[in-house]
Amino acid sequence: MYSAADLRKGLKVQVDGAPFIVTDFEFSKPGKGQALYRCKMRNMITGNQLVQTYRSNDKFEKPELEERKMQYLYCQESEYHFMDTENYEQIVIDKEHLGDNVNYMTDNMDMEVLFFQDKPIDVSLPMFVNLVVTKADPWAKGDTSGSDSKPVTVETGYVLQVPPFVDEGDKIQIDTRTGAYVTRVKE
Amino acid sequence: MLDLQGLHFRAAFFHSLRSFFVRQQFLEVDTPIRQPLLLPELNIEPLASEGWFLQASPELCMKRLLAAGCSRIFQLCNCFRKGERGQLHLEEFTMLEWYRTNADYEDLMADCEALLSSLLADLGGMDLCAVSNGSLRTGDRVISLQAPWDRLSVHEAFARFSPVSIEQAMANDTFDEILVEYVEPFLGVDRPLFLYDYPVELGSLARSKYGFPLLAERFELYINGIELANGFSELTDSQEQRQRFERELELMDDERRLRSSMPERFLEELAGLDRAAGIALGVDRLLMLLMGKESVGEVVSFAPGDF
Repeated sequence: MYSAADLRKGLKVQVDGAPFIVTDFEFSKPGKGQALYRCKMRNMITGNQLVQTYRSNDKFEKPELEERKMQYLYCQESEYHFMDTENYEQIVIDKEHLGDNVNYMTDNMDMEVLFFQDKPIDVSLPMFVNLVVTKADPWAKGDTSGSDSKPVTVETGYVLQVPPFVDEGDKIQIDTRTGAYVTRVKE
Repeated sequence: MLDLQGLHFRAAFFHSLRSFFVRQQFLEVDTPIRQPLLLPELNIEPLASEGWFLQASPELCMKRLLAAGCSRIFQLCNCFRKGERGQLHLEEFTMLEWYRTNADYEDLMADCEALLSSLLADLGGMDLCAVSNGSLRTGDRVISLQAPWDRLSVHEAFARFSPVSIEQAMANDTFDEILVEYVEPFLGVDRPLFLYDYPVELGSLARSKYGFPLLAERFELYINGIELANGFSELTDSQEQRQRFERELELMDDERRLRSSMPERFLEELAGLDRAAGIALGVDRLLMLLMGKESVGEVVSFAPGDF
């Protein structure tokens, strides 16, 4: 159990049966009044935001969260298959629960999967992934349009803006937090 | 944590506070920081020290000094409140309290205006001072510090800013939440503001207003939505004070009640006190505003994170 006095940015608590992470926190105490703990929290499953003020005698369950090292195996339509690298147990996560993560996931990639009460709710990818460009328009030399980037498609089907010198078949590094191009990778 | 220039500014600020009160013929007193008993206040959690307590405020001792015959006293001291930590809170913080006999809360409001004007005269020209030409710049706001300041009753403030009336807020036990959420952000944003006349339940040591027994002659000073000082006309009827303390004790949980006791000597001496008024001002918060900083931890020599 947590009490309101434990609340701080980054703490994970259970509210109405769902796991929440505190994203913003402010302590206030009007003169002669009681301590108030004002929180902004994000529902770790739905992403919805909750703004709530607690008093010091409010209590919170610790959410039953577990991170497991897993390997992403393959996808079949909207079903993404993963395997626990320690006990080889396999699970399926639906595409809609993975959100933008699917843009960066390639077969056999290692990642951490977060479970809430034994149900997978999120995956955490490496901060940077290297993906092969599968479709790119050649850069027309002498292009005077003034644009310094062009769209390419990578092996996962994700489309992003890259500098003009990136070609089909190149491997590029992408920042999974922002989805942006970082650099071309030479092998 | 303050740098060398900051330490100089803080020292000049302390010097200016002291010289204001000395000029006004206030006697500087220093009472024990560690004491064996507390005034029963529901919402203040004390820090214990070997069976005694670190003071949450020098109020008890200073009122006893008034009863002993002092007429104007002030004290700059460190106070402690357990678990209070945030942008505007430190568990150990600096308090300025002053008390005067033959005075009421309106005299204290006038003191606040005079004190700030004296501070600005002393500090206004210094590099670190965020006030120029009598105006405090903070974000995109310009707050004029020239007296007279605004005065707004709690009743009126709730009518103006809160979704529910003060009566409803008291009945639902949501006064604090509504004050913080809906009212405070609008207080003292053009010029400093005194929020005054609190429901009597919210001023356990304050005298009730003559002719309005449900109101306490208590006020809070706000600048830029930040509460800086809490002052009131002192309740000097020891019979009524005893009943108010009993009510506070009743509302405490068992654990807190065991540590609290009726301050008998205080009540006894209170009976000898006539009209008086006293105020506590958060020194670190005022310095924070004058330096244009956003948290009290930035204006003390060492904050908890600096060790």
